[in-house]
Amino acid sequence: MRVTVRLFARLRDIAGAPELSREAAAGATVGSVWRDLVRDFPELGKYEGSMSSAVNADYARMNQVVGDGDEVAFLPPVSGG
Amino acid sequence: MPLLAIGPSALSIEPLMAAVVARLGPEAGGDGAVTSFLGLVRNHNLGRGVRYLEYEAYEPLALKSFERIAREAGERWPGVNLALHHRIGRLEIGEASVAIAAASAHRANAFAACRYAIERVKQIAPIWKHEFFEGGDVWIEGATANPDDEAARAEAERVACA
Repeated sequence: MRVTVRLFARLRDIAGAPELSREAAAGATVGSVWRDLVRDFPELGKYEGSMSSAVNADYARMNQVVGDGDEVAFLPPVSGG
Repeated sequence: MPLLAIGPSALSIEPLMAAVVARLGPEAGGDGAVTSFLGLVRNHNLGRGVRYLEYEAYEPLALKSFERIAREAGERWPGVNLALHHRIGRLEIGEASVAIAAASAHRANAFAACRYAIERVKQIAPIWKHEFFEGGDVWIEGATANPDDEAARAEAERVACA
């Protein structure tokens, strides 16, 4: 199956794209999508402990299972206001 | 005007203040206070001279975060009506990045809800500042966004009531 990965701010700069279409195995989780991404973009790895994630524009935990066509977003620490 | 919004348009506080007191039904006319907060782009940060900021957001989740913040404020201070608009895109020095208005029967709750809202924006809204300063640029990274972090929420409430 495929998922759409959305990246923001510094994470987007590191990957060089705001959006990536990625292959994911059945049963994939937010965490496994992230680990696959870090394999391709090792510099993302330093955000492991500080980023947040979302599935289909709702905050999600790393163990959440993702489905075909889901939008999985990774968010560096926020700085609005 | 929607009470909660995020987008590239310039912000002004008066329409938000009017919107929060424009209540319908039994609450109409019951407000005795409106407070407001306007966050501005400052010309300095951490000793650097700031030229301008670019704000980026995950817009649908940002809007849901604002809805959550308004719901939390309504649970903590019943009867408070909150408006919250955040701007994105390039902002020049002195321009407003965020505008918040809170209406309530009494001033204490209006002040508290307004302060609570900006603290929560900084904790959980998926919005980022890209700072362009004299000699470079940097993404500002503040809080790890976790709406379920009760300790962070309680801290926002503590600050709001201080």
